[in-house]
Order: sequence, then C-alpha cells, then structure tokens
Amino acid sequence: MNIDDLAKRAGEWLSGTGPMSDIVISSRIRLARNVAGFPFLGKATEGQRAELQRMLREHIEQLGLPDPTFYVDIEDTGELDRRVLVERHLISRQQAEGVGSRGVAISSRETLALMVNEEDHLRIQDLRSGLQLDELWQEISRVDDMLGSRLDYAFHNRYGYLTACPTNVGTGIRVSVMLHLPALRMTGEMERVIRAARDMRLAIRGLYGEGTEATGDFYQVSNQTTLGRSEEEIIDDFKHIVIPKIIDYEKQARQLLTQEKAVILDDKIWRAYGLLSTARALSTDEALALLSHLRMGIHLGRIDRLGMDMVNELFVLTQPAHLQKLRGADLDGEARSAARAEYVRRRLGGEN
Amino acid sequence: MKCQRCKKNPATVHLTDIVKNEKYEKHLCDECAREENVTFKSHTPINELLASFVMQQSGAQELAELQCDQCGITFVEFRNNGLLGCPADYDVFEEALVPLLQRAHGEEATHHVGKTPKGRSDDAGKQRRELIRLRRELNEAVEREDYETAASLRDTIRTLELS
Repeated sequence: MNIDDLAKRAGEWLSGTGPMSDIVISSRIRLARNVAGFPFLGKATEGQRAELQRMLREHIEQLGLPDPTFYVDIEDTGELDRRVLVERHLISRQQAEGVGSRGVAISSRETLALMVNEEDHLRIQDLRSGLQLDELWQEISRVDDMLGSRLDYAFHNRYGYLTACPTNVGTGIRVSVMLHLPALRMTGEMERVIRAARDMRLAIRGLYGEGTEATGDFYQVSNQTTLGRSEEEIIDDFKHIVIPKIIDYEKQARQLLTQEKAVILDDKIWRAYGLLSTARALSTDEALALLSHLRMGIHLGRIDRLGMDMVNELFVLTQPAHLQKLRGADLDGEARSAARAEYVRRRLGGEN
Repeated sequence: MKCQRCKKNPATVHLTDIVKNEKYEKHLCDECAREENVTFKSHTPINELLASFVMQQSGAQELAELQCDQCGITFVEFRNNGLLGCPADYDVFEEALVPLLQRAHGEEATHHVGKTPKGRSDDAGKQRRELIRLRRELNEAVEREDYETAASLRDTIRTLELS
C-alpha cells in the first residue's frame, strides 16, 4: 500500500455508504495526545522530534491492528504526495507544510490515521462515511487505550490530557461531522444555522477545515469545548441534538424547493450537468459547486443517469493534487483546469 | 469577489492587516494565497482570547514575567503564539490559564471529565518516572557532548521502553 494506490480512488469516507449519507458526508473523531517527559513540539529539539517519531512509529506498528497501517515519513515524501494526503483528509495542511521529523500511520481502509509530530506528539483520527459516531468512538478509544498502556501520556489530574494548545486540553477530542447542505444554501437559511451552532459553542467551517470557506455547500461542524465535558456527552450532543436538527432543516429546505421552486431547482441541477459534461476548463471551486448540485439532484431523484459513487469520487479526484496524480504530471493552473474539465467530461460519459 | 492577484478566480482567502494604523485588506484565491505563501494561522481564536484577556488583567506585568524552568517558555512567548512549551506549563501558568480555559471551554470548564489513561499500575508509573529521568539525562549528556554516556543512556531507554 502506498500513496499512488490511494490516489486512484476515493477513500472510505467519500464512498457515500454510511447512515444518513444523503446529507452527512462523513464523521470524524480525533484525539490529541502527548508523551510525558518530552516538551511539546514548539520547544522540542530536532533530536527529540526524531526520537518521538521513532518511538511512536514503533509502538503503532506493534499494536497489531486488525486493519494494518502503513507509515508515511512526511520529510521523505514529495510535495504532490503530501497534498494528496491533505486532500484525502489524512493529514492536515500544517502537517504537510511543517518542518522537522513527522509522519502519519494510515490504515489500509483509510479510516484510521495517526499523525506523529503535528501540533501535538500524536493525533489519532478516525474517519468514516455517513453518521457513525458510536462506531468511531468505540474504535478510536480502543486504539487510544492500547497506545496509552504502552506510552506514558502527559495527563493531569485536574486538566486531563495535556495539549500544546489549551483549546484542546481535557479530553483532547474533536468531533467533526461533514454535511452537504445545498438546499439551505439556496434558500439562504445557512446563516441561521451557523448562528445557532455558534450559540452551542460549535464551529462551522468549510471542506478543508480552519480558514477555508464552504465551497460546494460542504460544512464541517465541530465541537470547541474539550474541558469539563466527557467524550460521550460531546458525542451525544452531535448525535441527538445538533446533527438531527440540521438534517431536518436541510430536508425541509429540499422539500420546499421541490414543491415550490421545482423549475429553479431542476434548472440548477441540469445546468450543472450541462456545464460539467461540456466545459473545456474547470477550476477546483467551480467543479465542486457544480458537483454539489448534481449530488443533490441524484438524491432528490431529479436526475437518474448518473451513479452516486462516481459523483462522490469526483469530489476528491478533481482536487488539484489528485488530478496531477491521475495525469502523472505537474500541471500549472490553466493546464489543470483543462485536464479537470476533460476528466469530468469523460467520467460523465459526454464525448461532445 | 474576484482574487486581487490573478483577477480570475473567486477570492476565498480574506486578510486584514494593520500597519502603522492603516488598515490593509487582501482578497486572494486559494492558489494565489499559496503562491504568496499565505499560511493559515490556526490559532487566531486563542490569540484573540489571550490578547483581550491579558489586556484586562491587572498585574499583567507579573504574568508576563512568569517563566517555566523546565522548557524555558515565558508567558509572553505563549501569549504571542498560543502554544505552550511543555506539560509543566499548565501548573506554572495556572493562575492565568484558569480564566482563559473558562473563556475557551465555558464557565463550567474547571476540571477534566472523561476517560483517563488505562493501565497505570504503580510499577508502570515507576518505570515511566525512570524514563523521564533518563531522557532528561540523555539531553544533558548530548548538550555537554558526552556521547559515550548518551549512547549508553539511549540503549537503556530503548530497552525500558519495549519491556
């Protein structure tokens, strides 16, 4: 297993198979952990970083997980491959662009990713398609326990798991659910949802996390509180309150559109199809926005000539690094737009 | 809004900077932002929290002079980049951190609630404290360029780690 194998298809989280997958793209849980006896990374020497990587890698590889991991040493990995990992949500931008010894262990199904020497010594991530928070918590907590019995985590009786940034201290947990909310965007109700989420101390961000806007109508909802509430309480909020409510709003908005604005809705969907199957140049953002409308059209049964799998796959395969991997060449912006348009045309079956 | 640099793609990165009391705004697309090496600061929220918090705090001067004797970080350094230097900082800066944690996590956020590390038996604890001591000695040996001691310490650490 290596990055070239990964880049040919979409990861498990984009398979569109999990529960509620018409609206919930993926669920993710990550835990931030540090090893006692070492400074946090901002104050660690390169020698200490290398020692941490060697030790963490060894322990991860000895866990004997049912879904075996392969390790990517980021320093030995080219820029394009690093960006492929970012586009697949297996490492963060910070991890890709940082300096010093660092890496990631990825399970072969791409559900588990253990980042070594990102902002904290260890960040364990579990990512799956659809709404699967209980399954994620069960798996990630077990991996965390296995590692915790081998390593000495930095832990404080009052403040819990200690992290480099105090915004993660306590449980060190970040629960994120990626939602596809095209109807709420179209009906202009997204602002209301964002305000309500902020009142609940939740962050709403775009597809690629902090600092990005919501392209393609994808929104990532995540908790900001990590201290004073247990992992289960945080997860239960998502499961029983936040996510069902947003799903309900989106469904109402979709219903409203099909009942009262059917022409406008169909026009958007079919224009998206028309543009995607004929365009000669497509930017990443334009492709995302059009694919988003197509995805909604398929789920609402307004268009039936396309498979959901293929559309889901295109969301990641049209990203810049994946596209260049597919082409096997470095392409500049303009050549990328042309290659993207050609690839999408071919996949949609339009030869014109 | 179009990107100011390439004037083609929609601007997705919005920056505001204040230089000598003049406000500058920059609106770029993802690609141009990358080419101009604009990196996303992931700690804006805590930096903002810290700045507003420290300003209001009486005795801010005393706080600013606090320093951790283990990792050497000062409170000012932490305030500027939002990241702590080592686990001990939670105790060293506790007075300043408690109100900050409550702002970041909510009023009820005074104590950890949730899971704790598994398998912390007394024997294991003893061995871990031993490891912390050995690692500190290893660092000191490397610093004084005593590589012979360093090598033997490293071997001891590896044996202990895997036992």
